[in-house]
Amino acid sequence: MKQHKWRFILPGLVIFVVGVTFPLWYSAVNSTPVPVLSLDTPVINQLQNKECVEDKAFMSADHMKMLHAWRDEVVREGKREYTAKDGRKFEKSLTRTCLSCHSNKEQFCDRCHNYAGAKPTCYDCHIIPEEVKK
Amino acid sequence: MTTSRREFLKIAGASALTLITFPVFPVGAKENVRIPGQDFTSAKPLTARRWAMAIDTSKCSKDCTDCIVACHAIHNVPDFGNPKDEVKWIWQEPFAAVFPDNQHAYSGQAIQKMRLPVLCNHCANPSCVRVCPTQATFKRPDGIVMMDYHRCIGCRLCMAGCPYGARSMNFHDPRPFIAKINPDFPTRTKGVVEKCNFCQERLAKGLLPACVLACKEKALVFGDLEDPLSDIRSLLKERFNLRRKAHLGTRPQIYYIV
Repeated sequence: MKQHKWRFILPGLVIFVVGVTFPLWYSAVNSTPVPVLSLDTPVINQLQNKECVEDKAFMSADHMKMLHAWRDEVVREGKREYTAKDGRKFEKSLTRTCLSCHSNKEQFCDRCHNYAGAKPTCYDCHIIPEEVKK
Repeated sequence: MTTSRREFLKIAGASALTLITFPVFPVGAKENVRIPGQDFTSAKPLTARRWAMAIDTSKCSKDCTDCIVACHAIHNVPDFGNPKDEVKWIWQEPFAAVFPDNQHAYSGQAIQKMRLPVLCNHCANPSCVRVCPTQATFKRPDGIVMMDYHRCIGCRLCMAGCPYGARSMNFHDPRPFIAKINPDFPTRTKGVVEKCNFCQERLAKGLLPACVLACKEKALVFGDLEDPLSDIRSLLKERFNLRRKAHLGTRPQIYYIV
């Protein structure tokens, strides 16, 4: 009687464990390569000191938080000037500041957003200057 | 060795000359090209304690749409080509619709045929701000009733609350319906309400509202109501004026000089 019970429980357990751990071993087998972001734009190529508004580590990890803060400060408080940690001053503008350098949205923004599965809604309203020119 | 006065002056002069250097080799030049948006100094913004507008109806001709065209082009206002979906920031209405309490059966032809420009009244007691559940619509300290499109959930309570019909809903994605996109101003997206913002983005750059500048007849006067020396104050002092549906208590800030 006891053995008879395990005959059903064991296959069920195996199916359960395989199913639950599926995302783990699937991604281990089919690993997507980390995207290479292109900085090859006319404006960036002209820069001698290739430095973004803040340092690279901060920008890649926290640019979304910074843009959210910019958004609220500009719209709700009317504060349009951003002072970076090193004292440089920038206009808080996605279209006019960020996208002026990073004019290659498809090779820069989109590559990483697609890799991370992020779907920012910024571009529903905010204009990509390159797209308007087309 | 003692230096004569003459020697000393010679050496001092020669040393002073060496201070004049020419930047032959830009050794110290850190950066030649400015990052876009860097060293941003906003042009002196126009500020006020209470923005308001006066419209001189005698100067405003029925057939002229300059203010509407200018505003809608600058702000990427879509034209859906369908009166039910119409999006408008500034538009024309017949006198009877603008001042329903001031028209009667005996009004002259001139008044009945009149068409007046109407826009958001930037009320001092705005009903739209009061009903907005997400505070997407808010009143700034300078009186501008502004929308934060990021927060708008498209519930349209503000449209129901506004007694002037100054708000429009984007029932479709507006991008394909904009004749020519102005890259300096964002578009809206499907499912948000929009309205006139008194050109707050232009005021921040020190520019007057687009409709005010577009009007060749100078029928639109924009200024600070709290400044006793402003043009708008002297105009309101001298000429009789009406506000739309003022009895509702919204304290509208567009004054029609009639």
